[in-house]
Amino acid sequence: MTQIADVPDRLEPIEDLGGAAQPLLRVDGLTKHFPVRGGLFSAAKTVRAVDDVSFAIAKGETVGIVGESGCGKSTTARLLMHLMPRNAGDIVYDGRAVGRELSLRELRRGMQMVFQDSYASLNPRLTIEESIAFGPKVHGMADATARALARELLGKVGLRPETFANRYPHEVSGGQRQRVNIARALALSPRLVILDEAVSALDKSVEAQVLNLLVDLKREFGLTYLFISHDLNVVRYISDRVLVMYLGEVVELGPVDQVWDQPAHPYTRALLAAMPSSDPDKRTEVPPITGDPPNPIDPPAGCRFHTRCPFAEPLCGQASPKLTELDPSGHQAACFMAIPGSGHSRAPRGETAR
Amino acid sequence: MSNLVEVRDLNIRFGGDRTVHAVNNLSLTLGEGEVLGLLGESGSGKSVTLRALMRLLPKKRTTITGKVEVMGRDVLAMDDDALSNFRGQAVSMIFQEPALALDPVYTIGQQIAETVMRHEGKSQRDAMARALEMLEVVRIPSAKRRLDAYPHEMSGGMRQRAMIALALACKPKILLADEPTTALDATVQIQILLLLRELQREFGMSVIFVTHDIGVAIEICDRVAVMYAGQIIEQGTLSQIVRTPLHPYAQGLLASTVHGAKRGARLETIPGAPPSLDKAPTACSFAPRCAHAQPRCTEGLPPDVQVGPGRTARCVLVDPAPAMA
Repeated sequence: MTQIADVPDRLEPIEDLGGAAQPLLRVDGLTKHFPVRGGLFSAAKTVRAVDDVSFAIAKGETVGIVGESGCGKSTTARLLMHLMPRNAGDIVYDGRAVGRELSLRELRRGMQMVFQDSYASLNPRLTIEESIAFGPKVHGMADATARALARELLGKVGLRPETFANRYPHEVSGGQRQRVNIARALALSPRLVILDEAVSALDKSVEAQVLNLLVDLKREFGLTYLFISHDLNVVRYISDRVLVMYLGEVVELGPVDQVWDQPAHPYTRALLAAMPSSDPDKRTEVPPITGDPPNPIDPPAGCRFHTRCPFAEPLCGQASPKLTELDPSGHQAACFMAIPGSGHSRAPRGETAR
Repeated sequence: MSNLVEVRDLNIRFGGDRTVHAVNNLSLTLGEGEVLGLLGESGSGKSVTLRALMRLLPKKRTTITGKVEVMGRDVLAMDDDALSNFRGQAVSMIFQEPALALDPVYTIGQQIAETVMRHEGKSQRDAMARALEMLEVVRIPSAKRRLDAYPHEMSGGMRQRAMIALALACKPKILLADEPTTALDATVQIQILLLLRELQREFGMSVIFVTHDIGVAIEICDRVAVMYAGQIIEQGTLSQIVRTPLHPYAQGLLASTVHGAKRGARLETIPGAPPSLDKAPTACSFAPRCAHAQPRCTEGLPPDVQVGPGRTARCVLVDPAPAMA
């Protein structure tokens, strides 16, 4: 049965302004602090959820963000989507500063998000078709056209429209619901899709199906992804570049192979070593790191990792290391051991990087 | 080797608006000092099986048939008194969410001491001493201070350690672990896995460890049983299952891992989704998704083929072990 009666009009993607060389998204000094009410006898505190985070995403690339709970990866995503106000920082979409040169309405056309909880992010009272058509209608598309688009997109994400269009979210499985969420995100023809733990709640065999779908859709629609996950294997598989976050800060970033093969920050090394083994004869014998991630309320002074770092020296508790270029590939790390002449006993001497 | 746990032909049905055939004809054994992994995806019946061993399933809605013997005692025949003596002393369980499993209004010390007093008839003072000892065993830093801490005052990893301390307080012979590291961060998960491995050796416990994560199973299990649609479809030693899976589902599950996959290359997937468990299976439950399915797969239940000592697979394609010479 073919459903192509007439190809529906799509919303035109926001036009490409700066060409391929201009990053699709540039984030500068992004900061979010949540106030925490103090108790009766204690002062109010702040959670420094995202602290001075800067990065750029090139057109057509997939950037991964990894880190443990409380590191600020999801808050970063929500700030980018303007789901909550930020305390400071600039977000520039294809050369246009959001809020000044680009309206929120236009931004939402250019950037969409898929969340971890596939059920909570769909309206239970709308059919799947209505959910997908909702966005385009808000942006001025006629009802019939929007519904036809929704059905076409359902086909694109591997759900037969004649079976699924009129179902409600609770009538389909978790993997299918996540496909619906992906279709809904694509309905406004965005160029950037933020995937916040989008496959984390799925079973392994379903996760593989959805990852294949994401790779296909990226190619077909020329998408750019920001892929947030705590699963390092998934991030390595899908990303071109990766950001490692710890307690609200970026501690390392670079091309995914560089970061995996030559991790420069001790936290990145610990995170990689903490992955369960895949070889029954080579089990992990020593935990790579002890303790839990500290509470992001009042994080440690200096390098935030120094309380768990095996190489910490007095310097690390006093000053914060800045992200520093390690090589021409764009591999950067915020660790005194990687900064030449920083004063750490393991730092490279002189001006030449390792 | 004597078996501490022996389950034969276990069937578990949940009643209500519709019947769910959660576990179907499941048999397993657990030897002394052994760590058995139950590996499967959500809805495969692994947690339900585990809970049945301690009869933790809702009484009114659940029908259990078959034989469940733990340390020679018939668990399905126990009355409430016998059950509460049995739980926590001979067998105890740790859960995925320590924040939900611990009581929020008692301190960690009180909760551990209560168990010790209940099962061993110790005085409050002796029980508290045992609680302190247990917190040290699970490497909680400044254990003495933590005795007086409430669960909400601890981090996720600390709470999981506290729950392990509580579970082991009466030195059970068998520990049942229901995805105890799934909710933890990566760097904490590996610490808890290594701790469990060490304690298992130290206490000489037998463990049944439920997980959906093959990596976790690799770190802790000796033997693995792979579950699908309420049945064990394959079991064997850890390296047999990881290196040479026989059942097409086990093969697919291991192949669909992202680990080591080339970037952008297509991942192996198992098409389709697990069956609904409205009816008891009358044929191979995996056949509709199986690339090797044949007419005979849908005609009747596949045999549980004995492939070698301790190695079985529920598939018509698997050859039985040649008669031992």
